[in-house]
Amino acid sequence: MAIFRALVFAAALSGLLAGLLMTGLQHAATTPLILKAETYEEAAPAPASHDHGSHDHGTAGQSVAAPHDHADAWAPSDGAERLLYTALANVVGAAGFALLLLAVSEVAGGLAGWRDGLAWGVAAFAAVTLAPSLSLPPELPAMPAADLFARQAWWIGTAVATAAGIALLVYKRSLPLAALAVGLIVLPHLIGAPQPDSHDSPVPAGLAHGFVVAVVVTSFVFWAVLGALAGLLRQRFTRSAA
Amino acid sequence: MMTTQTQSPNTAATESGLASRAVQITLAGLLGLFIVGGVGFSGIPVLHNAAHDYRHSTGFPCH
Repeated sequence: MAIFRALVFAAALSGLLAGLLMTGLQHAATTPLILKAETYEEAAPAPASHDHGSHDHGTAGQSVAAPHDHADAWAPSDGAERLLYTALANVVGAAGFALLLLAVSEVAGGLAGWRDGLAWGVAAFAAVTLAPSLSLPPELPAMPAADLFARQAWWIGTAVATAAGIALLVYKRSLPLAALAVGLIVLPHLIGAPQPDSHDSPVPAGLAHGFVVAVVVTSFVFWAVLGALAGLLRQRFTRSAA
Repeated sequence: MMTTQTQSPNTAATESGLASRAVQITLAGLLGLFIVGGVGFSGIPVLHNAAHDYRHSTGFPCH
């Protein structure tokens, strides 16, 4: 299991480093906007409960519960604990993405150093962040959104189709396959991401836009670093295993 | 992408080294998928709440 071990070690270490870096970037760029949006989320139910008596009970209850119907379960308390769990999610998520990146790139011969990893990381950024964000912009709490499962399914389909399109463009030389690649990258946006019934949002448009920019830019840095580290460490670990 | 790659060396199992390599790469990929699914897509409320800011900050569909 020498290859498996080398890939897991390379993914764990690059995930740890890139995940901690990402936590710092998020702490500076995205988390403040999430906390700001949550003030709108907390404020939003107020008008509904105000005329609670005069309205149909079911609709009033639904509008209050819709933004956060998972509030009963345990959640980290604000501050250090919340940051700690975000850091943990970042590190674990980064290790998972690194493992996926390393496994898929093994099929094409494996990452041969940091530059190779950087190119794969930027391609992964295009598939995992850029393409889904075009039709389904990163959302802040309190923003209206379509059914969660439908959005997750569209998100996964878009990431996979875009990744397949990029792979075809890079590794195949025939014109029909290049056309297929372009089609695969465009198709999810022709189908369209699931949209909410109404785009009316308590979150100001400027805040929402600032969040999209912050997510895309921090993710770009994250993927560049994760890819480069994965390439560097994969090269080291497979060499020492051989 | 991964499955098509791993099946061809497996069925042509004449070279066991190649098959073993394919199995190991597939295992690594599946483990990666499992981890990303758990952190980014799980519907379990506790996992969702712990990873809440991460999901929003990386553009995963959240609640």
